[in-house]
Amino acid sequence: MISFIIRRLLWFVPTILAVSIVTFALIQATPGSPFQPEGANNLRPEDIERIEKQYGLDKPVPVQYANYMWRAVQGDFGESYVRRTQKVGDTIRRTFPISFHLGVMALTFAAIGGVILGVLAAVNQNGVMDYFSVSLAVLFYSVPNFVLAILLILAFVFWIPGWTGWEFFNVGGWETPRDWILPTIALGAGPLAIIARYTRSSMIDVIRSDYVRTARAKGLAERKVIVKHVLKNALIPVVTLLGPLLAALATGSFFVEQVFAIPGMGKFFVESMRAKDQPMILAVVLIYGVFLALMNLVVDLAYGAIDPRIRLN
Amino acid sequence: MAANESNEQVSQAQLLAEAAEAVPTRQASLWGDAWRRLVRNRLALIGMLIVIMLAVMAIFAPLIAPYGESEVIHPDLVLVEPSWYFPMGVDQNGRDVFSRMMFGARVSLVVGVVAQLIVLAIALPVGSISGYFGGRVDNFLMRAVDVVYAIPQLLLVLLIVNLRGPGMANIFLAIGLTGWVTMARLIRGQMLSIREQDYVKASRVAGAGPLYIIMRHMLPNSMTPIIVALTFGIPVAIFIEAALSFVGVGIRPPQASWGQMVGIGQQYIRSVQHLMLFPSIAIALTMLAFTFLGDGLRDALDVRLND
Repeated sequence: MISFIIRRLLWFVPTILAVSIVTFALIQATPGSPFQPEGANNLRPEDIERIEKQYGLDKPVPVQYANYMWRAVQGDFGESYVRRTQKVGDTIRRTFPISFHLGVMALTFAAIGGVILGVLAAVNQNGVMDYFSVSLAVLFYSVPNFVLAILLILAFVFWIPGWTGWEFFNVGGWETPRDWILPTIALGAGPLAIIARYTRSSMIDVIRSDYVRTARAKGLAERKVIVKHVLKNALIPVVTLLGPLLAALATGSFFVEQVFAIPGMGKFFVESMRAKDQPMILAVVLIYGVFLALMNLVVDLAYGAIDPRIRLN
Repeated sequence: MAANESNEQVSQAQLLAEAAEAVPTRQASLWGDAWRRLVRNRLALIGMLIVIMLAVMAIFAPLIAPYGESEVIHPDLVLVEPSWYFPMGVDQNGRDVFSRMMFGARVSLVVGVVAQLIVLAIALPVGSISGYFGGRVDNFLMRAVDVVYAIPQLLLVLLIVNLRGPGMANIFLAIGLTGWVTMARLIRGQMLSIREQDYVKASRVAGAGPLYIIMRHMLPNSMTPIIVALTFGIPVAIFIEAALSFVGVGIRPPQASWGQMVGIGQQYIRSVQHLMLFPSIAIALTMLAFTFLGDGLRDALDVRLND
C-alpha cells in the first residue's frame, strides 16, 4: 500500500509542473501588450515599459515563471491587469467558495440521481423503467450544460409561470437557496447521466456473477441481494469516474455560472478571457489544474483502498 | 442498451443463418453487414437522417435561406416574435433568425468534421509510431499524451483561443491540438495488439518495412474503432465551438453560429425568448443525433471502446 501511495504521489509533481508550464507558456505567447488591448488606450512606449517593469514583465520568461510560481504557492497571484487595484488572489478567494459550493451540490445531485437511475434500470433490465432511465441518460449526456441551463430558465422562469402563474425561480443570481436549484440541475445533469450509464452496466455485470446466484440460492431477499451484494461491488468501478466528472464540473461551471449570473470563479474566468486579463486567466487555470490533479490523486488512493486488486498493478 | 444487446444477439443469429444460406451466392463484407445492422437500429437511423438534413441545410444555405446571413430585412423590424413570414422571428438587428440558423449549421458541421480531421492527422502518426515501435519511443510519446490528458480539454482550448484570437480557423486548431490524445491512445492500443498477429510477423519476415506494414496491415485492421471514435468526437467539437461562441470568444458576428446566437439572445431574455430557444434546440438536437449515430455505429461495427 505504501509503495502504491508513493508511486501515485510521484505522478502528482510532473502533472502539476506540466500544467503550470503549458499554461504559463501559452499566456506568454499571447501577442500584444496587456496594457494596450486592441488599441483601447494609447499609452506612450516609455510608459508601457515602466509599467511592464513594475509588473516584472521585462525579466526573462523562465525567471518570470519561477517568480510567479514562488508567489503563487504563497497565495499571491499578482494584480489584475484590467482592474488595476484588485489583487487576483482576493478575487479568487471571494469567488472560489461559490463555485465550489455549486460544484459540490451538482456532484451530490449527480451521484444520488445517477446511482438511483442506474440501479432502477439494471434491476428492471429491458423493462419500462430501464428504457426511461436510459433515454433520460442519453438526453442528459448529449445536451450541453449551457443549453440545458437555458431551456430550464425558459421553462421555469417564463413558460410555466406564464401558464400557471406559479412564479418560483429567478432568471439568475445567487442570493437565496432557491437560486441554487436550477444551476445545480444544469451542471449536474451531464455527470448524472454518465454515473447512471456506468452504474447500470456495472450492476448488470455483477448481477450475472456466481456469488449473486449463490446469495439468491440460499434464499436471501432480492432487496438484500441487490443492496448488500450487487450494489456494494458494482459501485467500486464507478468511483474511478470521479476524476473526469470533476473536470466536467469545473469546466461546466464556466458556462452555467455565465447563464445564471452566478458570481463564481467560472464567470470571472470567462470575463477575464474576454478582457484578456492574463493574471486572472493564469491563476484560474492553475487552481483548476492543481485542484483536479489533487482530486485525481485522492480518487486513485481511495480506489486503491477500496479495491485491493488495483494496488498490485 | 440491453435491448440493443439482445437485439444484436438475435440479429447476429439471423445473420449467421442468412450467411449460411447465402455463402455460395453472396460474399458478406464487413461494411455491408455493418450497414445493414446500422439501418436496422431505429435510433441510429433517426440520428443519421437528422445529420443528413443538417448537411443539406448547411450546404445549400445560400440557395434555400429566405434571407442572407447578415441581411437586415428592415432597420425598424427588430425582435419580432415568430410568425408566418418569419418562422423563427427576427433578431435584435432585424435579421431573419431562420436564415441565420441555416448558416449557423455550416459552422457547426464544418467545425465538427474539420476538427476531427486535424485530430486524425496528429493522432494517426503518433499512435501508429508509438504502437508499432514500442519501447522508448512509445514511452516518450505516451508520457507526452499523459501530460496533455491531465488538463481538461476545454481549459486548453480556451487558452489556445485566448492566444490565437477568435475565429473559425483558430477553433479548428484549438480543438485539434487538444483532442488528439484520446485518439492517439486508441490507435496505439490497436497497433499494439495487431503487431503480435501472425500475419504481421509473416509480413515482417518476408521483408516488409514498418511503413508498409502500418499502411497495409495495421491501419486497415484498426479502422472500425477509429471510425466510431471519430463519430463520437464530432459532437464534442460541435459542443466546444458552441460553448466558445456562447461566451463570446468563438465565432464573431456578423457570421452566424448557434452558440453565439444563444449568447446574444440571452441579453434579450426578459423581452423575447425565441432568440435563444431555436439555436438551443438546434444544438441539443445535433448533439443527440451524433450520439445516436455513434452508438449505432459502435453496435453495428461491434467495437468496444475503453473510455
